[in-house]
Amino acid sequence: MQSLSGRKKNVVNKKMTIGEKLYLPAIIGGMFVTLKHFFGKSKTVKYPEVKRNFSENYRGLHVLKKDDTGAERCTACGLCALSCPAEAITMTAAERTKEDKGLYREEKYAAVYEINMLRCIFCGLCEEACPKQAIFLTSEEIAPANYDRGDFIFGKDKLVEKQHHPVGKIRGGGPYSKEHYHQHGKNKSIF
Amino acid sequence: MDIVLIEKSILVVIIFAISLGIAAYSTYFERKFAGFFQDRVGPNNAGPFGILQPLADGAKLFTKEEFIPTNANTFLFILGPSLAMLTACMTSAVIPWGGTLEVAGRTISLQVADLSVGILYVFGVVSLGVYGIMIGGWSSNNKYSLLGAIRAASQNISYEIAMGLSIIALLMVASDGTLSISNIVNFQINNYWLIVYQPLGFLIFMICSFAETNRTPFDLPECEAELVGGYHTEYSSMKLGLYLFAEYVNMFISSAVMATLYFGGYDVPFLADFEASLGHNLVTILGTLFFFGKIMLFIFFFMWVRWTIPRFRYDQLMKLGWQVLIPLSIINIVLTGLVLTFVK
Ligand code: SF4
Ligand code: SF4
Repeated sequence: MQSLSGRKKNVVNKKMTIGEKLYLPAIIGGMFVTLKHFFGKSKTVKYPEVKRNFSENYRGLHVLKKDDTGAERCTACGLCALSCPAEAITMTAAERTKEDKGLYREEKYAAVYEINMLRCIFCGLCEEACPKQAIFLTSEEIAPANYDRGDFIFGKDKLVEKQHHPVGKIRGGGPYSKEHYHQHGKNKSIF
Repeated sequence: MDIVLIEKSILVVIIFAISLGIAAYSTYFERKFAGFFQDRVGPNNAGPFGILQPLADGAKLFTKEEFIPTNANTFLFILGPSLAMLTACMTSAVIPWGGTLEVAGRTISLQVADLSVGILYVFGVVSLGVYGIMIGGWSSNNKYSLLGAIRAASQNISYEIAMGLSIIALLMVASDGTLSISNIVNFQINNYWLIVYQPLGFLIFMICSFAETNRTPFDLPECEAELVGGYHTEYSSMKLGLYLFAEYVNMFISSAVMATLYFGGYDVPFLADFEASLGHNLVTILGTLFFFGKIMLFIFFFMWVRWTIPRFRYDQLMKLGWQVLIPLSIINIVLTGLVLTFVK
């Protein structure tokens, strides 16, 4: 078959020459390879103290966005739940009362909004499906750990962003993605 | 007589402490170097540069749960690691760590026991080492441990032959009729180092040392991929610690033996010329320091090989031992004999 990547190599089971059978030249060659690395610069980051920047299309934990006035954008339309291949999202809709006007952008809002982080596969389809630009996988918190399975069901207390973040970089997405917002990494980088 | 005993006891304690200290810090440097070889930093949290890591490891191992399997033979289960550690430490007695010191009119040799059968003693003790592994693996009553132990035993037996044969060639060149190690060092002080006369013998000896210490590429007895943990699968806490530690002591001793037999031991070329200006004791101490330098280089080499070469397959290991190294060492003996007869 033709190789599409151009990197295909045929396996040949040829007899080893005497030089190869000795192994020693190959071993010495290998030892110099590792020695080069021994004196090379380490490529790791001292993790908890130093964090690397996330890549621009990194899909992290979900954030339910607020708009410029600080009102929640989500209108509980359920499209995200519908698009979710992992059945991770559930929500209960409610109607906005007069007093809550500043809290929610639309008349219908999500009273309960839960994502089961054990089911979620971080595909980002919810982000693409949302007509209100209300949900983004941009949280830069990593590696959530819990003792309880129940604690992996993230409610609005964990999902809704505390403060509105102003529109940042445009986040690259799939063909259907609208303008996406990127939360700038505040972390130090070693590079 | 008594004063000799006191001197020797002090020497024994010092050597014991040094070999344990070096073994402890070999674990640290092994991990550190593994990091460097793999473009990482290695342990760096316990103290500056992670220098307290061996202490932390020790404390961890001591405080872990002591576990003895129900169906294991308790006595042998405990005997295993003790024996491994004991035999690992015993070899250091016959290695000449340096020349002589002159203290208060007495000449003190920096070798605990100058046995006339020194090399034989080393071989005897080293081959006892496999009993620690055998007993531990067998008494655990676990198939993986048993397989690991069997591997260790067959591997050690196979490679000891080639090792012994390579030593015979060395003795043909250097011996004065005894097997004393200090004589071999003296030979190297008066002539060239034995690596010059016995390059092939050294190669064989070194490969066999790797096999005897169960280090990569010959670490089949504890091969994680097939045998869980090998012979120490069932061990926990400090008993496991002793096994791991014995491996490092063995590595240190093997390095010392290689440096002694093939690289002149405490001999430093031209150092004796400075004896008049530096004084006898200083020259001896410098020689000992150089000896430790050689040992460190060998230990580094052990680690370097470990993080470069993958493990052998078991049949390849046996093939290498029986079909390559043993014939090669016999050829080496014949060649040495021919050269000695016709050239000298
Ligand atoms: S990222 Fe994918 S799996 Fe996770 S909630 Fe969104 S749509 Fe579902
Ligand atoms: S997050 Fe978006 S898609 Fe999901 S319910 Fe809210 S508005 Fe609809």
